[in-house]
Amino acid sequence: MAFLEIDSVRKVFGQSIGVDTFDMRIEKGEFISFLGPSGCGKTTTLRMVAGFEVPTSGSIRIDGTDMTNTPPNRRNVGMVFQSYALFPNMTVANNIGFGLRVAGHTKDAIQQRVGEMLDLIHMPEYGARFPYQLSGGQQQRVALARAIAIRPQVLLLDEPLSALDAKIRISLRQEIRAIQRQLGITTIYVTHDQEEALSLSDRIVVMNQGRIEQIGTPAEIYNFPQTRFVASFVGTLNVLNAQVVDPRAGRVTIDGQELQIAGLIEAAVGATLPVALRPETIALSASPNGTLNHLRGNVEDIQYLGPVVRVRVRLGEQSLHYDAFNRPDVALPRPGEAVDLAFPAEAALALR
Amino acid sequence: MRRLSIWPWVWLALGSLYFLLPLAATLQFSLQAKKGTLGFAAYANVFKDAKFFESFAFSFQTALATILLSVVLLVPTTYWVQIRLPRLRPVIEFFTLLPIVVPAVVLVFGLARTYNRTFFTDSREGLWFLLVGAYVVLSFPYMYRAIDTGLRSVNVLVLTEAAQSLGANWLTIMTQVILPNIVVALLSGAFVTFAIVMGEFTIASLLAQPAFGPYMNLLSSSKVYEPSALAVVSFLLTWGSIALFQGLSRNAGTPRVR
Repeated sequence: MAFLEIDSVRKVFGQSIGVDTFDMRIEKGEFISFLGPSGCGKTTTLRMVAGFEVPTSGSIRIDGTDMTNTPPNRRNVGMVFQSYALFPNMTVANNIGFGLRVAGHTKDAIQQRVGEMLDLIHMPEYGARFPYQLSGGQQQRVALARAIAIRPQVLLLDEPLSALDAKIRISLRQEIRAIQRQLGITTIYVTHDQEEALSLSDRIVVMNQGRIEQIGTPAEIYNFPQTRFVASFVGTLNVLNAQVVDPRAGRVTIDGQELQIAGLIEAAVGATLPVALRPETIALSASPNGTLNHLRGNVEDIQYLGPVVRVRVRLGEQSLHYDAFNRPDVALPRPGEAVDLAFPAEAALALR
Repeated sequence: MRRLSIWPWVWLALGSLYFLLPLAATLQFSLQAKKGTLGFAAYANVFKDAKFFESFAFSFQTALATILLSVVLLVPTTYWVQIRLPRLRPVIEFFTLLPIVVPAVVLVFGLARTYNRTFFTDSREGLWFLLVGAYVVLSFPYMYRAIDTGLRSVNVLVLTEAAQSLGANWLTIMTQVILPNIVVALLSGAFVTFAIVMGEFTIASLLAQPAFGPYMNLLSSSKVYEPSALAVVSFLLTWGSIALFQGLSRNAGTPRVR
């Protein structure tokens, strides 16, 4: 039996479906991310786990106990909000100790736990300050400490880093992951930032239009997307229309050039099939190599993205991007130049 | 450097004169009770009259009761509308206009007719409760808007959810999270309510209550200099209340280490 079980949960708001048949088992201590665009149902699902929304149907069990209709204040689920939600009238120490006071802990026990939490978030000298005296990153660390001070069964984080600047976001996400590992709290993290989800999670749930598109480890989600949506939402992706030549052998043509793709193809000969290809799996090829696929095209455009350069190449009716490291000692092709691109069969994925 | 324009100062001076001149004239007149000299005789007469203190104390108590009842009724209502029934906001906004549109005379006759031959009209205490109820209605637009603005400024829904996730029940949320964060808004609503009740004449008079408003009116019909002295005193009391409010709100606005 899994620690957190979300069984066929559905949420309907009037005429629209917020979440449609969400099924998932989460093990104790796992770090799960719900990833998807705005309005995909990830926050609604999180709020149902927190108890702020009641599912229209389905059930939620935590450690074997049915929590579907339990009010949020009786779930022992810690929550961190995007807007920090610190109580403005309380000091940092009083914010962190709030849940413990509500639970009726003794003054000494509260003081000790608050001290532990302040040490955990590396802010031991900030206890007497008020939220308005802290930066956004510090406020979110306090919010995290407040949520975990009550020793919750499950920790929920609703886009906790969205309001912070890029540098703080990266350092704080590492801190969140380190604290989660240290304490072993089962955690659900909602984000629309694929980099956050990929770098933090044990498993990622990619959601779209209220449904789960795919559940998998970061490597599975990134390298083996099962749907066109997952492939396009996670990372940058070329999706090319290919004509099936030999479905059993995995042979297709793109712009009249025959290629080998990984796995079996579930389509008839002559059918059009979307094939996904990550820009970083493609390289310029100096000479034909029998083990790799080759595509010839003409350079259309070059974009500098800092450490990498993204080159757009036209292949007849379609175009694709490939990424090259930005090295001053390596010459890049010029717009209009004919190039030969190479990639392994495993890099090309037939999408559903 | 930005050029300093004289016009804002001219308009400020004109505005101040419009406000201060009648006040200065009232003050001067109130000091002329004894012919040929300026003195505080009229003030002495006002303070000598026991009815001054009685009516002031009566209205003061009534104002406090009105504020208390308004807070008890309106804070949970406004809070609930904000977090659970936001679609009702336009309806409540419409209701807040009624006490401004409906004249006080209509209100008091409506109340008297509705509660005729009940505890509210057949006893002294009942009439006082009726008066407080009428004042709650009168101050409703100002109190509601003050509380509504206060609640909106602290993102009440997220604070509520944060407190709930930490195990707090509704009473704890209301007393430890919501109320402390809207103290300034409550004080501003309370001050306006206080000012309304202290100066109100129509309802108190029609319900035959010994309030400050009817006392001021009575005095102005029987004395010459004393009404002016009383007007100055009531101004000072009002300004004193403003100062008190500002002092309290300054303390409430700056959270202290506990």
